[in-house]
Amino acid sequence: MLVLQTLLLGPAHGHTIAHAIERGSEEVLQVEHGSLYPALHRLEGRGWIASFWGTSDNNRKAKYYRLTPVGRKQLTVHATRWDQMVRAIGRIMKPATE
Amino acid sequence: MDWKRFFQRAHWDRDRLAEMESYVQIETDENVARGKSYEEALMAARRKFGNPTLAREEIYKMNTVTFVETFVHDLRYGLRMLRRAPMFTAAALLTLAIGIGANTAVFSVVNSVLFEPLHYPQPDQLIALRQLAPGAAGLANVSDGLKLSPSMYFTYAEQNRVFQSMGIWANGVANVSGLAEPEQVRAVGVSDGVLQALAVSPAVGRWFTAADQIPQAPKTVILSFGYWQHRLAGDRAAIGRIIHVDSVARQIVGVMPPGFRIQNTDFDLLAPLSFDRGKMILAGFGYHGIARLKAGVTLAQVNADMARMLPIWMDSWTNGPGSNPHFYEVWKITPAVRPLKDEVVGNIGDVLWVVMGTIGLVMLIACANVTNLLLVKTEARQQELAVRAAIGASWLRILGGLWVESLLLVAIGSILGLAIAYGGLRLLLAIGPANLPRLGEISLDERSLAFTAFVAVLSSLLFGLIPALKYAGPQILTALRSMGRTASASRERHRARNILVVAQVAMALILLVCAGLMIRTFEALRNVAPGFSAGSQLQTMRISIPASLIAEPERVARMQNEIADKLAAIPGVSSVGFASQVPMDGITTDWDMIHAQDKPNQGEVLPLRFYKFVAPGYFHAAGTQIVAGRDLTWNELYGHVPVVLVSENLARELWGSAAAATGKHIRRGGSMPWHEVVGVVQNVPENGVDEAAPAMVYWPTFLVDFTIRSITYVVRSPRAGSASFVNDVQQAVWSADANLPVASVQTMQDIYDQSLARTSFTMLILGIAGSMALVLGVVGIYGVISYAVAQRRREIGIRLALGAQQGQLQKMFVVSGLVLVGIGVALGVITATALTRLMSSLLFGISPLDPFTYAVVIAILGIAALLASYVPARRAARVDPLEVLKAE
Repeated sequence: MLVLQTLLLGPAHGHTIAHAIERGSEEVLQVEHGSLYPALHRLEGRGWIASFWGTSDNNRKAKYYRLTPVGRKQLTVHATRWDQMVRAIGRIMKPATE
Repeated sequence: MDWKRFFQRAHWDRDRLAEMESYVQIETDENVARGKSYEEALMAARRKFGNPTLAREEIYKMNTVTFVETFVHDLRYGLRMLRRAPMFTAAALLTLAIGIGANTAVFSVVNSVLFEPLHYPQPDQLIALRQLAPGAAGLANVSDGLKLSPSMYFTYAEQNRVFQSMGIWANGVANVSGLAEPEQVRAVGVSDGVLQALAVSPAVGRWFTAADQIPQAPKTVILSFGYWQHRLAGDRAAIGRIIHVDSVARQIVGVMPPGFRIQNTDFDLLAPLSFDRGKMILAGFGYHGIARLKAGVTLAQVNADMARMLPIWMDSWTNGPGSNPHFYEVWKITPAVRPLKDEVVGNIGDVLWVVMGTIGLVMLIACANVTNLLLVKTEARQQELAVRAAIGASWLRILGGLWVESLLLVAIGSILGLAIAYGGLRLLLAIGPANLPRLGEISLDERSLAFTAFVAVLSSLLFGLIPALKYAGPQILTALRSMGRTASASRERHRARNILVVAQVAMALILLVCAGLMIRTFEALRNVAPGFSAGSQLQTMRISIPASLIAEPERVARMQNEIADKLAAIPGVSSVGFASQVPMDGITTDWDMIHAQDKPNQGEVLPLRFYKFVAPGYFHAAGTQIVAGRDLTWNELYGHVPVVLVSENLARELWGSAAAATGKHIRRGGSMPWHEVVGVVQNVPENGVDEAAPAMVYWPTFLVDFTIRSITYVVRSPRAGSASFVNDVQQAVWSADANLPVASVQTMQDIYDQSLARTSFTMLILGIAGSMALVLGVVGIYGVISYAVAQRRREIGIRLALGAQQGQLQKMFVVSGLVLVGIGVALGVITATALTRLMSSLLFGISPLDPFTYAVVIAILGIAALLASYVPARRAARVDPLEVLKAE
């Protein structure tokens, strides 16, 4: 979902995505960047993202990913579900403030 | 599962790798930009990325099907292993190919003969109307039982409560003219109900109906598909055409589809039987009965229903004025119907089951051998397996790998085996008994192929899993410990192989005993006097003179005599004779009650006697000995002098001895004049040498009011059987009358061989199987002993170094081999005594426990085993202790 969210802004390659997630989460989600690639592979397999080879900002060959229409729809679905869950958890955790 | 990805998984792997490298490059670039040195930057980038192999593996697993992937791996590995050990591979493949090939070939036969012998719709509803007549002495030993008479047919067809339809049929020959040269064809007479019961629609035209069998109705005929194609070029306009069958004009009304038979009987023509109800009597038991049951009717119900109808039959008809219609009660006619399938398969079923069992045993022995080979090979690979286990292969994975290897072996073996089966089937059909139903249609069909696949997988499990389980088990790591050491084998390590050898020897013994029993049977059969001499010099042929060609009996007799004279004039012919039948030709003989003048009938029921018609000179030409008295003469024949010959067993039964019979008088029925017995003929096994010779009466071919019109000539000449001689014979016949077809041209030896075909076929198959078993068994013993020797070289070396005698060592190995053989023989004998009882119906003149056979077989096996263990044992004794110990 995080990958999809990142790609909402436009096509990006693996390196960018990895760093974007790391920065976006304010360095909370510290993972080995290599583990991103199986995730990308899986998403591409499901047809949620598509890939093409391009050139990076510093003139390196890189593989770019973009969101497909299916992926866009899935993002909405998942985001909604996530929101609901977060709200639900929130209500349980802090019932008094309501 | 994404198959596209599966097949492009190598491409994906490269793609992702490039992508990951690109990440590292970009990260390195950025790190360099932050002021790090290139090396530092690269290290940091790699650290940040983590383990690329792990990511790759994860992606790879997403793309593949683990099962297929491992399978393909194992397959490739297996192929490599097989290629690396060509001797082993060749030995194993050859063994498997022969085993599987033989099994497939025999199964094909069993499948089409035993499992699907009937090509009719819903064959389970079809039955043969068999009846036994235990009270009719003389007939009771006829295995066919009592056939049906036309009056029985009418009674059963009209009064039954259990049949959808029923009919009777009889086969014979007919002369056809009006199409091409006159020719003799195979004809079957069928009543209304036969075609309806078999329920196979004609290819063209129509079936017979009840109207066709009325004597006054227009004559009709149905052709077989083959005859239609052959003689009428498959012309549909042939329907309605007239052909002359035995000089009677008949209209073609239909053609049956290809492959259609009446039971087992192939035919060219079907003609309706014609019955005149007004003249019908009780007797005339000459027809096979066939019926289709109503749904749900059991055989017991049919028997009960027929038993109910028999009194009705006796009340409805008579044998003529003054005869007692209830006479047949003393015959104790008992319905004993059986499924048509059993009737068709008959006793050939026994043969096929024995053959199938035999070949199955050979397959087991072959499997045992391959198991042994694999055990040896796997043991040699134990360290490799241990290493694989040590670096993380699960033992299930190793097990699978080993199994795939044997599966591979068996798959290649099966393909080779199919080729062998194809050739073997041709061979089998060539040597198979002629009474195998539908011989020509046996082929490798999908069921045979399925069977091959089944045998293949089963045997791969059998011989693949034993070594696999033994060596791939969780105890595998112990192998690592002993790596590189050649410790002497413990008793346990040899146990599996020893058990296999014992089993092999036991099975080989069983097969050899069976083969031995068949050889003894064959010998015993060859020793039975066949009732003729030098059969290969005896040409036989059959000629029928229909009433429509020559009406008067006297002229028929003259014509038969004239043909005999013309045949005798052929160069090289020493003698000629003719009779209504020759021994073992399968043509049914007539029978009736025979009265002896000096034994007046006291009101008791006389036994039935078979009889034949013979011409003067027949016995001389055939080489049948006249043991007392003399032959007939032509003067007696033409002058109707009432003379007759009888068989020796009949003479003994009636008058005590052959000599006492001459001068006595017998007759058949009340109106016949008393005939003087002028000669007594040796007993002739008319129904094959494995059946007792029936009591027989030989009438002259020409009697006062009767002449036999279908006769078989026997012509003695050294040229018998050659094409030129057959041509001479035909020309001689045609010079007497050009309208006479010559049929069933064969030598007496051919007829004799055919009657022995069942035994010789079984003997041959068992002989081949037995020898295969012996060879495989010997190879097995040899393999085990030589392997034991190879394994214990170090021990042998030490023993020799410590002063053991070479002879002693040799003896040790030979004895260990013989102990295995001894156990195998003991087990084999016990099993064989139980199993051979099953084949007692195939034996003749010996008991299934024939001690001679057992003794010879045990001796052969013993000697073979002795040799098989002696050769490797000698190698043991020649071990050089110095060399062995140095090698350590």
